[in-house]
Amino acid sequence: MRGGTVVDAGGSRRADVGLSQGDVVAVQAGLDAGPGVTVLDAGGCVVAPGLVDLHAHLRQPGMEEAETVESGARAAALGGYTAVVAMPNTDPPIDGAAVVREVLGLGAKSACDVRVAGAITVGRKGEQLAPLAEMAALGVRLFTDDGHGVQDGRLMRRAMEYGSALGVVLAQHCEDASLASGGHMHEGEWSSLLGIGGVPAEAEELMLARDVALCRLTGCPVHFLHLSTAGSAALVAAAKGQGLPVTAEVTPHHLTLTDAAVASYDPVYKVNPPLRAQADVDALRRGLSDGTIDAVATDHAPHPQEAKEAAFDEAPPGMLGLETALAVLLTDLDLPVERLLALMSWQPARIAGVSGAHGGPIVPGRPANLCVIDPAASWVVEPGRLASRSRNTPFAGRRLTGRVRHTVLFGEPVVVDGQAQR
Amino acid sequence: MRTMARGGQGTEAGEEGAAGSFRHLLSVADLGADGIAEVLRVTDSFVEVSERAIPRVPALRGKTVVSLFFEDSTRTRLSFETAAKRLSADTMTFSASTSSVKKGESLRDTVETITAMGIDAIVVRHGSAGVPWQVARWTDAAVINAGDGWHEHPTQALLDCYTIGQARAGAASDVEKVFAGLRVAIVGDVAHSRVARSNVLAFAALGAEVTLVAPPTLLPPSLAGWPVTVSHDLDAVLPGAEVVYLLRIQRERASEALLPSLREYTAGYGLTRDRSRLLRPDALVMHPGPMNRGVEIAAEVADLPCSVVTRQVANGVAVRMAVLFLLLSHPAQLEPGVAVDG
Repeated sequence: MRGGTVVDAGGSRRADVGLSQGDVVAVQAGLDAGPGVTVLDAGGCVVAPGLVDLHAHLRQPGMEEAETVESGARAAALGGYTAVVAMPNTDPPIDGAAVVREVLGLGAKSACDVRVAGAITVGRKGEQLAPLAEMAALGVRLFTDDGHGVQDGRLMRRAMEYGSALGVVLAQHCEDASLASGGHMHEGEWSSLLGIGGVPAEAEELMLARDVALCRLTGCPVHFLHLSTAGSAALVAAAKGQGLPVTAEVTPHHLTLTDAAVASYDPVYKVNPPLRAQADVDALRRGLSDGTIDAVATDHAPHPQEAKEAAFDEAPPGMLGLETALAVLLTDLDLPVERLLALMSWQPARIAGVSGAHGGPIVPGRPANLCVIDPAASWVVEPGRLASRSRNTPFAGRRLTGRVRHTVLFGEPVVVDGQAQR
Repeated sequence: MRTMARGGQGTEAGEEGAAGSFRHLLSVADLGADGIAEVLRVTDSFVEVSERAIPRVPALRGKTVVSLFFEDSTRTRLSFETAAKRLSADTMTFSASTSSVKKGESLRDTVETITAMGIDAIVVRHGSAGVPWQVARWTDAAVINAGDGWHEHPTQALLDCYTIGQARAGAASDVEKVFAGLRVAIVGDVAHSRVARSNVLAFAALGAEVTLVAPPTLLPPSLAGWPVTVSHDLDAVLPGAEVVYLLRIQRERASEALLPSLREYTAGYGLTRDRSRLLRPDALVMHPGPMNRGVEIAAEVADLPCSVVTRQVANGVAVRMAVLFLLLSHPAQLEPGVAVDG
């Protein structure tokens, strides 16, 4: 990789990067490429550790019309990701060894290192613990019933106690089902005007507060998925202030869009947790800067076109994210690229337990999982040209600045000049 | 603070300006005071038509109006279909319960299928807020919102404005004078009421002073930007109210923990016979129907002379004729006299 600026947790420097046999073998200015060596042009670009997504719905098995592991991994690679964690709300759900093996197998030859999150409860029904140890033995590190929160406090306590011996992280979709019931968007000024049932911020914050208390009780690490409210950010900051082992992620859409978008009644803006108010967006952005929030995760949630061509309250929640996340944040957020990469690469790599292979540093001897970002490239999001099988991006038609030029997975170029190679 | 704008902002669907130039009727707010006044003026002509021996004019001959009702509402559907027939339009009914919607057809497919039949207007009723805005994106026909979820019911607001104008001034031409400073109390389940949202927008646009009277559980979670005051004390509001607009209370609200019981609601917010003694002599009592006699309104009160509930229904046909006429007639025909005499 020639002519780029190498950026990792250790800082940035102008250097070429030599790769061989899946590893980084040289990082220095003016590397000499011998005959037969492929040279990727990184001129004007940032050469970074590949991004790591803690939260992607790849829909396989069971919902292949919306996405497959293959198409989702391709979308991820195009977005600069070298590792994604596939969420377990598939059909059947990933709640035991058989489905874990199936999804890992589907990901094996894909354009991305596909890891899986396992369900906390059997069938994600919130009634009985899933075989956490059996899945952990296959390398599953994150467990979540994402899509729902675990409503039963006693069951969540037991999951955390049990999990604390396995070296795993319990990830919670914080949503009190009774408070959220009947809601399809953020409860507030806009829901009142639009006549759509609202989900109050408190539905998220109550479960988050409960799980902070259970974290204190059990000592089990907890990761909070897709924070969406100012109150949630404050609760996480307080828990971290007490030294509790909690981490948190936020999505690009919760950092850049508000509930005002729902005034169009376009279900592309329906997502769970819902788009919140500007004050929440502002607080989440502060949380990125002050270290409260550890990671940006996409919550990439593909849905077939016809499912989103329904009435707002009848459409399923979820938005695409993998191919636009980095560019949206480069365009809309005023964060230094090193900070953004921390949030999208090495910090989530640690939470996902994939730091051995992903997230850098970019030094000789490390696996070559890298992305090359052209921070000046300008492009327009065209849903029909995305690699995802679905089209439900809220950023359709947006002009973005910053694009992934190349992605390298274990030394193999999987994206070259913005084109997927797998 | 944001003013109480309507949904559908930022879409191409809501057309601004006077009624004569609008493409759809999605939100009553799209009309503005001038547009509402124009609809009411045209309504005057059609009230006269409705009183004729043969209440029919050829204004929309050759036009086709489809009722696309995903939610049962015999009253509203019949009112629109009667209005269309009196204008000599052809009418079709698409009822979700007997249609391909039950077979899994998407909303968009349904709209595109109907549009392909060559139609001029779609009258949409749906249990979900916002559907008329979506429909307007998928068809080139004029779209009329006949009620979307808890959100809006613009023709109800227009007929209510017409009824108030008629009762207080004798004719709609003075509508803005009638509404300036008019004290209107809207009582009941505002949170879940499309009628309340459209009426707040319309009454406020015309200059009325609107008070919402309801227990907190039946008010929207936020009233920021709404041009209203709020009260939880109907007895205190009634003596000053020139219009008392009662909303229908759904019986299931008591089972959703929004109310302890309908009995307790009636005790606090029902227009009971005792409470009706607090009404001003010139007050109007209104209700969008169907009434729950004995819950939000006592049977005797519903039948008092001050109750204009049946006039609301009668005016509904003429208002909907005016809306269809303004949307579908060629701009050159906009003089009501030309069309009505034709």
